[in-house]
Amino acid sequence: MREIGGESGTAQGLQAVLSTRSPVRWASHVGRFALKYPLGAIGGAILLVLVFVAVFASQIAPYDPLFQDTPNRLQGPGIEFWFGTDSLGRDAFSRLVFGSRISLFVGLISVVIGTTTGTFLGVTSAYFGGWFDLQIQRVVDAFMGFPSLVLALVLVMALGGSLTNVTLAIAITLIPRMVRISRSSALSVKSEVYVLSAQALGCSSTRVVLRYIVPNSLAPVFVLATSYLGTAIVAEASLSFLGLGVPAPHPSWGGMLQFGARGYLEVAPWLAIFPGIALSLVVFSFSFLGDALRDALDPRLRSA
Amino acid sequence: MQQYLLRRLLLFFPTLLVASLAIFVIMRILPGDVALSIAGSEDTEEVDIELLNALREQLGLTEPLPVQYGKWMWSMVNGEFGGASLTDREPLSEIVGRRLPVTFQLAAFAIVISGMIGIPLGVVAALRQNRWPDYLIRAATIAGHAVPNFWLALMLLLAMVTLFTWAPPLFYKDVWESPQTFFLKAIWPILLLAWGFSSNVTRVTRSNMLEVLRQDYVRTARSKGLAEQVVIVRHTLRNALIPVITISGLQLAALLSGTVILENIFGIPGLGQGIIDAATTRDYPVIQSLAVLLVFMVLGLNLIVDFVYVFIDPRISYS
Repeated sequence: MREIGGESGTAQGLQAVLSTRSPVRWASHVGRFALKYPLGAIGGAILLVLVFVAVFASQIAPYDPLFQDTPNRLQGPGIEFWFGTDSLGRDAFSRLVFGSRISLFVGLISVVIGTTTGTFLGVTSAYFGGWFDLQIQRVVDAFMGFPSLVLALVLVMALGGSLTNVTLAIAITLIPRMVRISRSSALSVKSEVYVLSAQALGCSSTRVVLRYIVPNSLAPVFVLATSYLGTAIVAEASLSFLGLGVPAPHPSWGGMLQFGARGYLEVAPWLAIFPGIALSLVVFSFSFLGDALRDALDPRLRSA
Repeated sequence: MQQYLLRRLLLFFPTLLVASLAIFVIMRILPGDVALSIAGSEDTEEVDIELLNALREQLGLTEPLPVQYGKWMWSMVNGEFGGASLTDREPLSEIVGRRLPVTFQLAAFAIVISGMIGIPLGVVAALRQNRWPDYLIRAATIAGHAVPNFWLALMLLLAMVTLFTWAPPLFYKDVWESPQTFFLKAIWPILLLAWGFSSNVTRVTRSNMLEVLRQDYVRTARSKGLAEQVVIVRHTLRNALIPVITISGLQLAALLSGTVILENIFGIPGLGQGIIDAATTRDYPVIQSLAVLLVFMVLGLNLIVDFVYVFIDPRISYS
């Protein structure tokens, strides 16, 4: 019973957060959140900076990220090239700035695809139960057995390396985990009184699922999705680092690490240092923000 | 209890089968003709059609998909592991024999070290909650969790090379063959894997220790005058360890993801490195067999975890 009470409390918390439409009240909510969860607020702030950089990349970057200024190759960090240049003379800072677009794109899109597909499967699996549920769970078990990097690698290899395919491959690795969490969340909501009464009133399955079960089981999904944004960004970087991610001239952080680190680690360590710091900061931020959201939405999940 | 173990065992095989089917489907049904890409072109016009057909015949691609799958599965069972590499014709049984123990050793050492370091650190953090050892340990676990391990590996190499002019041995040797070479070559990837893995172990040990320490039976144990050590080890830790084992089981797949990328960086010839090498040449028999073996390792280790439960937690409901 504790489970059930907790879940519906969570849902109300989420709805309370989402339904504050007036900007003043919204700002006060954010302020209170920041005071209570300073680490989460720092994470959120870093992420806002990241979004800003990604949106205004062409205004921020001092050079064209693809322009090869060969006479100035392998320059150390300085006034002219803040983060130095790579072995083709491309400005590392500009590439880092434009790379944020790829990271954010892959992160956001893959998490959105993974979360919606996973939630759909998880909720229907929980709602209909029985044979359907068993089959879905077997498939989920099988996919959870894959080291996600290996699954993504194999998918990208089969589909061919492109931004879309990398995003899709990462989304697929996220789906089984999303199915798990949304299923367990939906299972506890399913036996709530308001769901039973909706069924008793003769609502169709679609209506019960969409109107009652989905909104009330979203909180844990939401929290997990936030921290998976960091995971997805690292997955993209890992694939690109292995040479199987976003294809070469595009400035992906993982690709920069691969290109800069292999062979130039001693000569030009800055090429390996800055993209890694950016990557770590982003993962830190998403995981702090995810933790803070979890605590804010449902303190009961704290130890999970 | 036997029934519980039997159920676990019975779940193991269908799961592995579905995973292998997934790999098989990904390798066959997704766009792109394997024979064509081996022949070195994406365009049918450019390639000699007879060569293409011969290649398809040789790869067994002319047979119906279920037959192909069945043959592949059978070869996984009888030790042929799906034939031979397409690039150098090396039998997969040899490739697997060479690469599987390497990855297994990396993972095993990482798990053992994680347990030996992660659990005591979690206990210390819990016993010194909100004091400096706790903050220090928590900071280390957050870093181990959030900093991408391949970047840590690069930074480590950088520090080693610039500060200590250190370089790892050129060639990898098995731990039984030459322990010294093995450790010089593999110690850093093992430690990096252990850091990531033990971060979770420590975090969960800490939070569960904190929870169990507040239980009534711990207070009872203390009030009847048991030595603190006995209270901590026998009454608290043993109960706190169960979720730690659950989480560790779930983290095994992530650990093996880590081996893939770290093998690549440190030049260790394991399964992951084999997959990456094969990926660049689209050597699909190697990729699919090595990938399934990695899944097999994850599921197998999870099975061991299920068995360990029985010894740690006598309350397990074997229903």
